[in-house]
Order: sequence, then C-alpha cells, then structure tokens
Amino acid sequence: MKISPDETVFWEYGFFSLNLTIVTTWAIMLLLVITSVLITRRLKPDIQISRWQCFLEMVVTIINQQIRELGLKQPEKYIGFLGTLFLFIAMANLLIILPWYEPPTGSLSTTAGLAISVLFAVPYFGIKNSGLKNYLKSYIKPTFIMLPFNLISEMSRTVALTVRLFGNIMSGGMILAILLSIAPFIFPIVMTALGLLTGMVQAYIFSILATVYIAAGIQSSEKKLVKGHITNKQKEVQNG
Amino acid sequence: MDSISIIAIVSIITSGVTTAIGCMFPAISEGKAVVSALQSVAQQPDAAPTITRTLFVGLAMIESTAIYCFVLSMILIFANPFWNLIIAQ
Repeated sequence: MKISPDETVFWEYGFFSLNLTIVTTWAIMLLLVITSVLITRRLKPDIQISRWQCFLEMVVTIINQQIRELGLKQPEKYIGFLGTLFLFIAMANLLIILPWYEPPTGSLSTTAGLAISVLFAVPYFGIKNSGLKNYLKSYIKPTFIMLPFNLISEMSRTVALTVRLFGNIMSGGMILAILLSIAPFIFPIVMTALGLLTGMVQAYIFSILATVYIAAGIQSSEKKLVKGHITNKQKEVQNG
Repeated sequence: MDSISIIAIVSIITSGVTTAIGCMFPAISEGKAVVSALQSVAQQPDAAPTITRTLFVGLAMIESTAIYCFVLSMILIFANPFWNLIIAQ
C-alpha cells in the first residue's frame, strides 16, 4: 500500500526525481494562478461586476476579516502569505472529488515545506514590523532563562503543523483505500464527504495557526514600544 | 522464533495499542472541550463565532495528539525501519 504520493515516480535523474506530489502541486499552483489572472484581468469598480470578480472579492474580504479578528490590525500586509497558504491547502484538499487524484498535502514533504515557510515567516514579519533588535529581544522574555524554551517551542510547533496536516489527509486516504477493499459500494463516498470536511477544517486550522504565530511574534516584540508610548502620554498628562 | 517474526509481532501489537490509547484520551478531552464550548454558546449566543473559532483551533490541537499516535502506528505497520533493516541483511 502506498503511504504517500511521493512513491509514484514519473521521471528520475540523479538527485532529482519528479514524483506525483510535485506534479500535483504545480498543477494546483497553475490552476490557482491562471484562474486569478483570468478573473483579475478585467476588474471593474462599477456596481455591476462579473460573478467571478464578486467571488474573489468575497474570498479576499473574508480572509482579511479573519486575520483582523486574530489581532493583526493591517491584514493587507499578511494576506499575501496567509491567504495563499489557505487557498493552496484548501484547493489541494478539495480536489479529492476528482477521480485518481491524490492530494499533495498527504505527503510529508509538502506539509514540511509549508510549515518551514511559516517558521521563516514569523521572524520575517516580526523584524519587518519592529526591527531586528526588538524582535530578538522577544526571545529572552520574560527572562533570559526562557531562551531555550522559546527556541524549542518554535521547532516543536513547526513539527506539529507538519504532522497534523499530513496525518489528517493521509489518514483520510488510507481509510478510503481500506474501505475500498472491504465495502466498495457506498461507504467510500461517505468517507470522501467526511474527507472534504476534514480537508477544509485542516486548511482553516493551518492558516489560523500560522496567523496566531505571526501575531504572537509581532505582539511580543511590540509590547515595549506600546508601553513607552503610554508612559510618554501619561507624562504629557501629568505635565499638563 | 527468528527476528523477523519477533519484529512483526511486536510492531503489530504495539501499533494496535498505540491507536487504542491514542484514540481513547483525545476523544475524552475533545468531548470535554465540546461540552464546555456548547455550554458557553448556550449562555452567550452572541459570542458564538469567537467560541466556535477557538473551539476549532483547540480541537485541532487536541486531535493532533491522536494523529501523532496514528502516524506512529502507520509507520510501524507500513514503513517499519527495523523490518527493512532485517530484510536488507
């Protein structure tokens, strides 16, 4: 039994091998990019807009609203990363309705790649927001002793993100394969419907957790600035 | 008994036990989480979206422990490293 689509190799040359995961990932990327380009080619500010433009506007608005509710005040800065994560994972998990499709998120390498990009995005946005010094200071809060624990938590949450997405999608595919050999008539369809729900929830969870991590990285480095701001204001008040 | 059958017996039994324990306790804790979330939704229906979002994130965190156990048992059955080591010899 194949545990991941990594094992279906189409073409191999030395170190590089072209497997099903890479092919499906690029197919999904092309699908998303081409669809978005086709839709946004003729944007109109009118009252009467095309259906697809309305759909895309809804998607962008909802993602912005979700990011704002989690504590990031300017979601336009972050939607490029977080929205892409959500749309890619959601599309990869939704396409299991197609026959002979194997989701690339059911491969450990894809989910590890996504989680590592989150790992690097947290310091990127943190440094961009409050400077290198302030961001590095957030690692030794509240005391210096917490430094190794902060580093360990960054690593362990990356591993947790990886294994959570991989395990959920892979278990769906595995249950489907086992059910096909036991009761191939109706049950696989029910489990596929459950897999659609799980896939959407996992895409949501992944992007929500990425948002929470980025927001935590920004807020912990930002706190001191806010405090200084308040004390300055209080001084002004006291001075009259 | 040769080493292949010992490895097979041990890994199959261990994977079964891993899945059993790893389903039991996350199920209990997810039940507790859902109960308290439903109680708070019933008390304050206005806060339902926030509670639901937090509930989903929390459930995913709890469920990931069950998923770790599942992945471990899958590795023990389908991609057992010791098994491959013995076969290669």
